[in-house]
Amino acid sequence: MFLFFLSSGMFLGWSLGANDASNVFGTAVGSRMLRFRTAAALCCIFVILGAVISGAGASHTLGKLGAVNAVGGAFVVAFSAAMSVYLMTLARYPVSTSQAIVGAIIGWNLFSGSPTDNTALMKIVTTWIACPILSAIIAIISYKIVTLIILRLKVHMFRLDEATRIGLVLAGIFGSFSLGANNIANVVGVFLPVSPFKELTLIGIHFSPAQQLFFLGSVAISIGVITYSKRVMDTVGTGIFKLSPVMAFVAVWAHSVVLFLFASQGLEKFLMDLGLPTIPLVPVSSSQAIVGAVVGMGLLKGGHTIRWRTVGGIAGSWVTTPIFACVISFICLFILQNVFQQTVYLP
Amino acid sequence: MAFVSIFKNRIGIEKEIDSFLNLASESGLIFNQGVDAFLSNNLESFNDHLNHIVETEKEADTLRRSIEDLLYRKTLIPESRGDVLELIERMDALLGRFKGVMFRFEIERPNIEPQFHEGLKALVSCVIQAVEAATLSLRAYFKDISQATDHIHKVAFWETEADKTSSNLQKAIFATESFGLDVKMQIRDLVRSIDKIADQAEDMADSLAIYVIKRSL
Repeated sequence: MFLFFLSSGMFLGWSLGANDASNVFGTAVGSRMLRFRTAAALCCIFVILGAVISGAGASHTLGKLGAVNAVGGAFVVAFSAAMSVYLMTLARYPVSTSQAIVGAIIGWNLFSGSPTDNTALMKIVTTWIACPILSAIIAIISYKIVTLIILRLKVHMFRLDEATRIGLVLAGIFGSFSLGANNIANVVGVFLPVSPFKELTLIGIHFSPAQQLFFLGSVAISIGVITYSKRVMDTVGTGIFKLSPVMAFVAVWAHSVVLFLFASQGLEKFLMDLGLPTIPLVPVSSSQAIVGAVVGMGLLKGGHTIRWRTVGGIAGSWVTTPIFACVISFICLFILQNVFQQTVYLP
Repeated sequence: MAFVSIFKNRIGIEKEIDSFLNLASESGLIFNQGVDAFLSNNLESFNDHLNHIVETEKEADTLRRSIEDLLYRKTLIPESRGDVLELIERMDALLGRFKGVMFRFEIERPNIEPQFHEGLKALVSCVIQAVEAATLSLRAYFKDISQATDHIHKVAFWETEADKTSSNLQKAIFATESFGLDVKMQIRDLVRSIDKIADQAEDMADSLAIYVIKRSL
């Protein structure tokens, strides 16, 4: 029965793969520096590794927002988020899965009468604003440094082409890992409290129940990458602002750094050891990070070549997505409880 | 494996473009020597230079095809591929022009009076300088884009000089009363065809100036 309910999480994973792989490799594929097949294969491998190795950090914050305590409820929450993301993907908008799942959890909180942890919510919403801004800043600084190096070293056109391809692959790998680590919480995080998995040891490697769940979620993400991500890659690669390959590399790099900052428990521990303030481990939006980076570089170039209408459409979808997911979640919970007589929350 | 393949392709195409630009530069020098030989009435040497320029042009054609093939088959520099191909083709057309003018000398065997030799040599020199500057600007476009604009300015300078020299030469030709109109028109056409090479070099440089802006970081 659990596996049936988990299917909505798989659907959400598929939607995330279809949508967010474009953030990692969209600029590379869009600027024709990488073949889609190569990009998809690398993305799948490293999303799975990121989710299984480093996925636990961001899932704690999501758990605090609302602990969905019945498997039926978890099913609806994941399903509502997935539907929102899928519909936005159909419209070719690089939508945020994080926003969709947060909206859906709040829908569950409203339906079940559970209080929403305002501190956790504020923490998450703040990162939604901080994430694209931070990404834009990192992109601008990185782009300045990269161009300075290229001009100083007088890099030959073909050598630059070669270096950019390698850079895009490495940044894409880093981005995929960070995406898996940061966003797996969105996909299967709501199932964690109701997961029936037991501890498992395979060829000497220990897998916790959460890691097994994360593995299943990341496989679903991979299927989404392979089957449906090509369409959104075109929007990200060429839709907002025509990117040069060097810019494409910087965009993926900035996006990956932002995702990594918000997902790395290692970095959190390092900052804590130094007595410095830590960065909250929150599932941030990979879409917001990449759009922030692309717009940042567009602004650096004077801003006149940015297609503001597309940016407006994307930003608008960031506002509508959580509301949309919240409404769908509330309606579906009502239907599942009253029509299908399923338990969607435990009082 | 993919990276090794990209590395090999990169080395290959860099060498081919360098060789192609060397040939472009060389053909200007051969042209200069060929015209000198013709004006000195040393037809044997002129024929040697004519054969040399035909060979050079043929070699450049082969290289151009190979570069085009590599660029498209290996999907190198996707964002600048079209621009690079156009520039290489325009440069190849310049080589073709040198060959064409040499053949014109060979076919028409114009009788150029010694009083025009200096003017004609000056025109050839301006044209060669224009093509040389165009070659250097194209080389800089690949190797050090910040230098490309400097060479582009020089192309424009030498093209203007070629225009001035050509006009003065044509005026002098038509001012000479001892020539019949047929001879005057024949030499004028020859002068124009030489001057046209500098015009084409400038057209290429104008396109290059736009591509430099496109590629600027």
